[in-house]
Amino acid sequence: MSDTKGLTRQQMADRMAYEFQNGWIVNLGVGIPTMCSNTDLGDVDFIYHSENGIIGYGPVAPAGEEDLLLVNAGGQNVTMKPGASVVHHADSFGIIRGGHIDATVMGAYQVSMNGDFANWKLKGQKGGGIGGAMDLAACAKRVFIILEHVTRRNEPRLVEACDLPVTARGVVTLVSTNYGLFEPTGTGFLLREIAPGLTVDEIRATTGGVLTVADNLKTVRLAG
Amino acid sequence: MALKSKQVDSFRDAVAGIEDGSTIGFGGFAMPGVPFNLIKALLEQGAKRLTLVGNTTGGAASPRMPDMGMLVENGQVAKVICAFTAATRPTDVLPFTKYYESGECDAELVPQGTLAERLRAAGAGIPAFYTPTAVGTELAEGRETRVINGREYLLEYALPLDYAFVRAHRSDTFGNLQFHRAQRNFNPVMATAARTTIVEVDEPILSLGSIDPDQVHCSGIYVHRLVQVPAEPEGLWPTRRQERRR
Repeated sequence: MSDTKGLTRQQMADRMAYEFQNGWIVNLGVGIPTMCSNTDLGDVDFIYHSENGIIGYGPVAPAGEEDLLLVNAGGQNVTMKPGASVVHHADSFGIIRGGHIDATVMGAYQVSMNGDFANWKLKGQKGGGIGGAMDLAACAKRVFIILEHVTRRNEPRLVEACDLPVTARGVVTLVSTNYGLFEPTGTGFLLREIAPGLTVDEIRATTGGVLTVADNLKTVRLAG
Repeated sequence: MALKSKQVDSFRDAVAGIEDGSTIGFGGFAMPGVPFNLIKALLEQGAKRLTLVGNTTGGAASPRMPDMGMLVENGQVAKVICAFTAATRPTDVLPFTKYYESGECDAELVPQGTLAERLRAAGAGIPAFYTPTAVGTELAEGRETRVINGREYLLEYALPLDYAFVRAHRSDTFGNLQFHRAQRNFNPVMATAARTTIVEVDEPILSLGSIDPDQVHCSGIYVHRLVQVPAEPEGLWPTRRQERRR
């Protein structure tokens, strides 16, 4: 972890998961987004979709009880919930392109003020790792990004414009970082919720582009 | 008049005759559905200047099982077409990367859903299609786009295969296939896109009529050769993934 200030990785994931609504179909990317599945959402009932065609997967299987032919997009041996179903890859991405995914949660290197984001290629790299990210980014109804607020070198990840190759343009709905909850507005980042222990000035100093603060700024909702 | 069995006796027979320069598609996503035994047989068969199509060149997970990257390392591959030429986590290094960076092997990076749809299109007689995926990105630079109902789409072409390597759970002698859970993934789509589909099967191959027609996941009309995977250690099976250290 590059920065110990603010929220833990699980708290960043929890805050994003609190956005999930009854009946939603949700796709979780690898890394911190996977941790959304640990969040206790009480009675909220939704369905996890995985790129490999598993619709309605449940928690990771207990050790010794894994089905080695049942994995989520991260390759973890998960379980299936009652009502789950399986489709092949072309149909699975038909679900994505067809606009049937209510929210996709992904990690990223950078997010810009106009909702572009970059998560498939590092600077100077030949090739990269796209996976299903471009399909999900272009077609999900909501694109939620979870990332550390700054890089290891203390550079902002919320930037005026991405200087890394983008995954999709103008699609990001909401961003959860260890410093707070942000909304790209086109002309800046709106700080909606602030992490305990952080100040607006600290966040402004570590955010690229324009930071605006919600009139009713709240503290980030935490578990319990 | 019974349908002729497509079962062959060995993995060597299953990959016999694959020509240099062929385009071969591989099912599989993470461990499930990867045709490990056919890949191993192709390493021994030795066909060269191949174009390989699959989700990833592999090699990021431990323990390493046969993957497309091993064929690259074995000097058999001219080009790969896949959704990853680098790992999802920047800290993981794919064995393929150094062959790509040195120019020994070419690569075409394709978004996963576009890859699946290009294969589906090839099998379904659709020469090209428009998709919103990758519009506005580096992948779309210099390529044909079109605005339809106010939204911009990128033109993508069908991707036909000479051969598909598939792993299924169950098959009858005609090649009507069933998959178990996440084993399905790209496998049925690869089968439809190929002129010759070769399938390795987990369970002993069943007599005709043993699989209820309503429960067939991939019709035997797409299948040409079948071979049963032997028990370990002779046969290769998915293993428990070891957690990577962070």
